[in-house]
Formats: sequence, C-alpha cells, structure tokens
Amino acid sequence: MSFQSDSPQIYTPQAFHRQAHDALGNPQIRSNFRRAMDGLMSKRREAFGDWDLETLRELGANIRLRALAKLPDLLEQLETNCQANGIRVHWAEDGEQACRIIRDLCEARGARHVIKGKSMVSEEMHLNDHLQAAGIEALESDLGEYLVQLNEQTPSHIIMPAIHLNTEEISDVMHDRTGTERTTDVDYLTAAARAQLRERFMAADVGISGVNFAVAETGTLCLVENEGNGRMTTTVPPVHIAVTGIEKVVEHLRDVPPLYALLTRSATGQHVTTYFNMISGPRKPGERDGPEEVHLVLVDNGRSSIYQDNELLDTLRCIRCGACMNHCPVYTRVGGHTYGTTYPGPIGSILMPHLMGLEATKDLPSASSLCGACGEVCPVKIPIPDLLVRLRKEAVGEGRGNVEGAGAKRDRKEALAWKGWQWLATHPGAWRAGTGVAGKFRTLSPSRLGTWTDCREAPKPAGTSLHALVKQHRRKVGREDEQ
Amino acid sequence: MTPLKLYPPKPDKVYFFGTCLIDMFYPQAGLDGIRLLEREGIEVVFPDDQTCCGQPAYTSGYHDEARAVAEAQLDLFPEPWPIIVPSGSCGGMMRTHYPQLFAGSHRASQAEDVAGRIFELTEFLVHVCHVRLEDKGQPQRVAMHTSCSARREMGLADTGPALLNQLGNVSLVEQARASECCGFGGTFAVRHPEVSAAMVEDKTQAIEAAGAEHFVTSDCGCLMNIGGRLERKRQNGQDGQVGGEHIASYLWRRTS
Repeated sequence: MSFQSDSPQIYTPQAFHRQAHDALGNPQIRSNFRRAMDGLMSKRREAFGDWDLETLRELGANIRLRALAKLPDLLEQLETNCQANGIRVHWAEDGEQACRIIRDLCEARGARHVIKGKSMVSEEMHLNDHLQAAGIEALESDLGEYLVQLNEQTPSHIIMPAIHLNTEEISDVMHDRTGTERTTDVDYLTAAARAQLRERFMAADVGISGVNFAVAETGTLCLVENEGNGRMTTTVPPVHIAVTGIEKVVEHLRDVPPLYALLTRSATGQHVTTYFNMISGPRKPGERDGPEEVHLVLVDNGRSSIYQDNELLDTLRCIRCGACMNHCPVYTRVGGHTYGTTYPGPIGSILMPHLMGLEATKDLPSASSLCGACGEVCPVKIPIPDLLVRLRKEAVGEGRGNVEGAGAKRDRKEALAWKGWQWLATHPGAWRAGTGVAGKFRTLSPSRLGTWTDCREAPKPAGTSLHALVKQHRRKVGREDEQ
Repeated sequence: MTPLKLYPPKPDKVYFFGTCLIDMFYPQAGLDGIRLLEREGIEVVFPDDQTCCGQPAYTSGYHDEARAVAEAQLDLFPEPWPIIVPSGSCGGMMRTHYPQLFAGSHRASQAEDVAGRIFELTEFLVHVCHVRLEDKGQPQRVAMHTSCSARREMGLADTGPALLNQLGNVSLVEQARASECCGFGGTFAVRHPEVSAAMVEDKTQAIEAAGAEHFVTSDCGCLMNIGGRLERKRQNGQDGQVGGEHIASYLWRRTS
C-alpha cells in the first residue's frame, strides 16, 4: 500500500455521512481504532484504580469553573505576571490574527525553520499552512504529529494524532518519505524518527508549542508531554512561541496538580507523564540554556462568544484529554478524520459549531446516540450529552443562543412532522384511536422502514395497545374480585 | 454499589407510565410490569390519557414540541404516589429533563414534583419492593443489556442483573463491552443509520459470543434495535437462535 498520493484526501464536516460510510467499510480503520480505544479505556480504568474518582472529578470541574468565572481577570493577571517573568504576551481575536502574529515574530528573527511541539490550537488555525505560504518551514516534532505530517494528513485524535495508522502503515510512511527500512520493529522506527528530529531541533530558528495550563498567579506555562520533544522545542531554539486558547488559564499553581492527575490518567492511563515542563521565562543572565525570547499568544477564535452562553460555556472547561473520544462508540467506529474537524468526537461536536458555524457542522451534534459515555468519563464533568442536545436545538432553530448558522438544519417537513406528533400526543383520544387502528392493520404495516430495515426487522404495531390491554386486565381482575 | 438515593417504604398505590413504544409495539411488557407490581400488593393506576414522555422531540432539538407533550403528561399524576416507568430512557427523560424543560415556568414546581416521583421499574422492584423472586423456569443462559439511560442517566446498572440473579435457573452471561451503547439512540438510528447498524452488529455479536440463549433488556428502544437485528440474522439463517424480550415479561413468565 502506498501512502504517497498526489492529492491528500480532504475531510470536511459537511461530508460526515460519506466519510462515515467510507470509514465503516474500511476494515483497517475499524480495527485500528477499536484496538486502540479498547486499550485506552482499560488503561484509564486501571490508572484510576481505587481512587475516589468522583471526588477528583468534582474538584477538577470546580477548578475549571472557578477559572472560567474569573476568566477576564485571570487573563489580565496572567499577562501581568508573564510580562514580569520576561514573557511577551500577544492577543489574537481569531486564528488568522494569531497566525500573523507568529509569522511576524518569525520574520523579525529571519527564521526559515520552525520546530513545533504538539499544539491543537495551531491545528485549529492552520498555522503550518500559513507559515509555509510565507516561506517558513514548520516541522512537527511530536512523533504522532510528525507521522501525520509526513503522510500529508491531519491528526485523527487530539492526544494520539496518528492513532489511525498501525505499525505496518507507519513503517510504509517512514520508508516512503524518509528512506527507513520497512519493518515492524517499533524500537527501530522510533529511534529513526528520533535521529531525524534531533538534527532539526538543532537547526530550528523558532520553537512553537502549545500550553496545557497557564497559571495566572505566577505567569507559568505548563506543558505536559512524553517524548521530550516539548522540552527540546521550548529550550533549544533561540525563540520559543507558546500558543494557546484563552480558556487554558488557571488561577493558582495549586490548581495544577489535580488537573494534571486527571489529565494524564484520563488521556493515556498514565500516573505521570515522562515530562512535565513549567516555563517561567527566557534565559536569564548567567544561565546556560533556554531561549532568548519567550512569547505567549493568547487566541480567542470564537471562545469569548461561547463564554457569553451560560450553558455552552461549559465547553470551555475542557482540558483536552481525549477521554470522550476514547469512550465514544461512534468515534470508535468512524475514526477521527470522519468528523472533518480539528477536534473530533464528542468534544469536537460541541466545540466546532462555535468555531466553524452550524451551517458547516450541522451533522455533528446528531452524530451521537447520547449514550452518555463521554459525560461519564469527562474529568471536568462537562455535560457533553446535554450540550449536544442544546446544539441540536440551535441547529433546528429552536435555540436562543448566538451560535452562528443557527437553524441550518431546520427542515420544513421534519418540523411539520414534529408538530403532527405533538398534536397526536396531546390529544389522548386521538392517540388511543391511532394506536388501535395501527394495531388492527398491523399486517399492512410496511416491512421496509427506510434504512432501519437494512439490517433489522421492522417492529410491527401490536394487535392490542397497552391502553386496551390494561382495560381488559381491569375487567378480568374486576370479575375475579366479584367471585 | 449502594445507591445514594434514599428510597421510600413500599406504597399502597403507584402510577404506571407505560411509554409510547410499549403502548404501540410491546404492550405485553407493560402489562407484565403492572402484574409484577400488583403481585407485591400494590394497586397500580394507569392514567388513560398518557401518551409519550416527549423524549423523541427533545433529543431531536424540537423542545417547544417536547414541552407541549411533556406538559400534557404532568397533569396525569395528581396524587403523591410514585410513578413507575418500565424504561430507563423515558424514566431518565422525566426525572432529569422535565425540570430542565420547565425551569422558570409556572410548571416548574410541578415538573420537579413529578421528576422526584419517577422510578424505573427494576429500580422500584429492587429498592422499594425488595422483591423476592422464585424461578419456575428451565435452566437458561441469559444476556442482559442495560440501556445507556438506565445505566448512566439514572445510575441503574445493577438493578436488572440483581433481579435476574434471583432466578435460580438463570445464569447471567458476561458480554464483551457490556456497557457500550447498542446504537439505538432514538432518532440517532434514523439520522446515522450506518453507524447505528455497525453498533448493533457488534452488540448482537457480543451477545452471541457470550453463549446467551436469550437476551433481555429494560428498554424497548434497545429491544427493538437488538431484537430487530437478531431477528434479521435468524431469517438470514445466520448464527444462533437468540431471542429477546423486555425484562418485565421475562420475570413474569418465569415466576408466575
């Protein structure tokens, strides 16, 4: 199988149904995701073990709620304390502006080569494309991101970007793009990638990273990672640019340990990651390493609009662990690319409508059976199923929020059908007559019911409704009582 | 797990909300639920004007329509008796979402009151009636599918299995990924039929692989989905001969 294609496949949320159809029919995708998600679910379960998970989730949720309640103040405090630490702070209203800020910073240093740590917000604003257009090469250094970039794809998972590829496929990609041997020896492949990346770290002019927690009271940027690429990205090049959504701020340093404990266990089932970086400024006089400049780019990109809505606001609690994806029966079957959005799965389905508008994303909130697994595992207790329902309401035009493209999914025929249902269900006499008639003519009821009967038998109306059965039962019991 | 909820003592009277799926497709399950309650010495009142809890419109985003239908149900339960619902999905709707639907309206306190009196059937049999079942059936291996709403929204993962475990001749089989959704999800099965089909296929395979001879569930949505798939497989001459039914019918059949 070759992964070199002239035009890499573009996934869009508008094509969710077609992409889901393709993914469901792809045995490799099905088994890669099923195996990976099964593994992640069981690792998470083991990692929390006999912890009082509910108490910890409650604590995590409250830390995030408190931070969001004070968001404007905390952001100002973060800026002040970062600046006091020598970190220069930039504000971007949208992805476009954030890209321009970063490009300008790169150009001011004459940078040609950028090395990147993992950052979903940079994916969200398509930073790599923007830099490339300006003649600046941006290379991903997280192993998964590196593989995805080699393969001209986008991440299929927010924590494990290349989870859609198995070892054979990774071997093929690396062979085709970097000349490594074809082998399923994971140690060999990892060592090869490490050697390739090591040279690039040394040659990079700028390092760009994301942020997991930005601590307002100390002006500290926390970065959680396993490969050391985050530390290399933020310490080797002369300039470090951290980019993050404005919601990543927390109030106190003491807020970090519980969130970190929740994050690593929820994401990968780890008690602790290999690296936990706390970045508190550029190299100081007399210090032997560290970047000369550190910048923080705070990106809004639709977040302050979510912040205005007292229900949807809960979306901003997210600490990007990916547990909702790992436990989602839909995501497990269709994979991340099917969603056609930067953030896939349940969190993507409640976040992306804000970032892209409901016109583009109208099929995402309904792409859930509302089984509740996402809400059950969310480490900060985001009521994801409720928010999916809320966005369905926005999508059909019955909401009162400020989500762009509200009403995009309103269908006149469907709206009329619900009105008809409403009339029947509020007229009990008609309801009883209706169920009675349906039962009498049950043999005439269709054996094909659209797509339902593609794989299932159609349910047949019962000959006698429960209403009627209860009446018979009462008469019978009455007679028995008289005897 | 011990429920945190405090349950009332066994009452003399209860209301029964049959749900629209049972009314139309599985009325026997409703009647069997009523008989199980009556056998515990409880008088069961079935308000004749009941129709649907409103959930299909609610989860589809049509909340004005859902509210109108829900409002019509609120008036059916004037006495302070518990309201028994043979479905975690409709029960979850009435217990959790009625207060949300009517928050801030003149119906708010009534919705709260009704919500507080909602009990799922197996929950009520276990925690309020403390039933003791005597199995009269033949030995059988049974798979139980607890609906996602019962399991997660109502926190009732254990009450169905607890009742089945009282049946001496029934052995409950362990399925792979028992807590995973069967793919019904109300209108989800219609809006995303291919994903739903993949989910129900996995669910039926897990039930068959567990060596089940029969499967029961406490929700008729799941029954329609899993049962419909199993029925189709039977008609195609595939795999085993596993049939399914609502847990109320199974319990009544084996103990009466």
